[in-house]
Amino acid sequence: MIFFALRRLAGFAATLFAAALVIFWLLNLLPGDPAQFILGINATPESVARLRAQMGLDAPAYERFLNWIWGMLQGDFGMSYTQRAPVGELIWGRLGVTLPLALFAMVISVAVGLPLGIIAARRRGKALDTGVMVLAQTGIAIPNFWFGMLLTLVFAVALRWLPPGGFTPWHEDPMAALRGLVLPSLALALPQASIIARVMRTALVDVTGQDFIRTARAKGLTMGEAVWQHGLRNAMLPVLTILGLQFAYLIAGTIVVENVFYLPGIGRLIYDAILQRDLVLVQGATIILIVAVTATMLVTDIAYALVDPRLRERSAP
Amino acid sequence: MRKLLAHPSLTIGLGATAIFVALALLSLVWTPFPIDQIDVPRRFLGPSAEHWLGTDNLGRDMLSLVMAGAWTSFLVAAIAVVIGIGVGVPLGLAAATWGGPVEWLVLRLSDFIFAFPSVVLAILITTLIGPGATNAVIAIGIFNIPVFARVARGGAMSIATLDYVAAGRLAGLNNAQIAWRHLLPNIMSLLIVQGTIQMSLGILGEAGLSYIGLGTQRPATSLGLMLRDAQGLFLLHPWLSIVPGLAIVLIVIALNLAGDGLRDAIDPKLRQENANALA
Repeated sequence: MIFFALRRLAGFAATLFAAALVIFWLLNLLPGDPAQFILGINATPESVARLRAQMGLDAPAYERFLNWIWGMLQGDFGMSYTQRAPVGELIWGRLGVTLPLALFAMVISVAVGLPLGIIAARRRGKALDTGVMVLAQTGIAIPNFWFGMLLTLVFAVALRWLPPGGFTPWHEDPMAALRGLVLPSLALALPQASIIARVMRTALVDVTGQDFIRTARAKGLTMGEAVWQHGLRNAMLPVLTILGLQFAYLIAGTIVVENVFYLPGIGRLIYDAILQRDLVLVQGATIILIVAVTATMLVTDIAYALVDPRLRERSAP
Repeated sequence: MRKLLAHPSLTIGLGATAIFVALALLSLVWTPFPIDQIDVPRRFLGPSAEHWLGTDNLGRDMLSLVMAGAWTSFLVAAIAVVIGIGVGVPLGLAAATWGGPVEWLVLRLSDFIFAFPSVVLAILITTLIGPGATNAVIAIGIFNIPVFARVARGGAMSIATLDYVAAGRLAGLNNAQIAWRHLLPNIMSLLIVQGTIQMSLGILGEAGLSYIGLGTQRPATSLGLMLRDAQGLFLLHPWLSIVPGLAIVLIVIALNLAGDGLRDAIDPKLRQENANALA
């Protein structure tokens, strides 16, 4: 198990290194000189050269790349030259919106999706099953940001229960901050809950048909007891994988939904950085997103292997 | 054919998809009103006999915009599927036939691409070449590559052990010939099913990217871009966001029904709910 975890950890590091290389390479293809950008077109060539040296831009590409990596390992993501602040701090400030948003959405989608999937599987072929599956089919087809717009129309405009957008920082008024995240997390959760319900149903239906359930029934358990005590644990395995993947994509999904509700999260930060061609900031923010996605997948992999010993043996593809 | 019609979700899904594609195609030669015809006095109209889906904030006919927008959405998603198949399937087949280091490389590569959510890809590409529909195509296309590589590899591996493949090897075919003549034709149905699913994910992806300003730009139009335009106005004029959003939902449902139906019709045992999970 330790060996398995170590190998996965090495894969994780290799992926991140390759991702950093790709991001660095792509963004360094860009024409234009950040030093020139900062000083404006009227700057003398000497002052531009001085700033370039100061920013370390005159070093060869591989050296700048290694410097960037080395800096990140120490928590230094560089300076944003449009906001004149450390990128790490800028991103840290926005995580207070993005991370809770993704977490709430995850909790809601599990709380809604799992029970629905279980109910559908237990009532397979009945009206309830069909109803849940039609609901899930529709939920998957609804873009989360559009659902966010609809939620705003109902709960903010018509009923006036919740704010239509904007965000009060946590330290000013935690209750208001929480209220600001309710609709966005619901919007993000809908498609995810639908997927979870479908996967849960399929997994449970598959498991129900297997021998060990029949054995449990032969021992005298009712179908409900057999599924509850033996089936659910086994059915959770495929669901676990999906959950990991989903959390990874939820983090990316917040970027879109932040737009609907004018939330000052990582998405807004990146969007403004792109408009202003702030490469250091784009670089830092994208690598952090990828760290989040890859780390989630790593944790899922290891959790999965802990739950299912079979996986440790055949994990080497 | 009668067997195909026995699956209601397939019939409905394919039928509805065909209608949407036909409307989108029609927009290339004809729309009820020119999509750039601005008529400010007649803006924010509800549905009427003249404007079936009403008019937007500039008095443009919403039905015409939806038709033209759907064309962009279909096109972006379709090219992205072609990219995914064109690059992913050869990779997957190579992994299945050569095995060993080739397979290892393909699997690591697809793991690596999975680490880049399409939004992040689109961010990088937009920073590089500026916003536009091309970005959406590239970002979604790259996202599709590992999906098709895995489907192709999985499908091919289940066939590669069969007798007729061994017979082909005895007859002196090399790996490439085996992949081309024996494996590819047999995984076609899998690819069609996955292609349908990726089409629907592509349409959702294009909508999201255009909505946040990283995809399609004016003067072109797309369903996602219509929602972007509606963003500042929908609290007062919900209709502007309801029409394009509903169009996306209906198209995606149609494609998903067609995909599910095809899968059941081709192989009832084959279930791949997970394929839908990457949205």
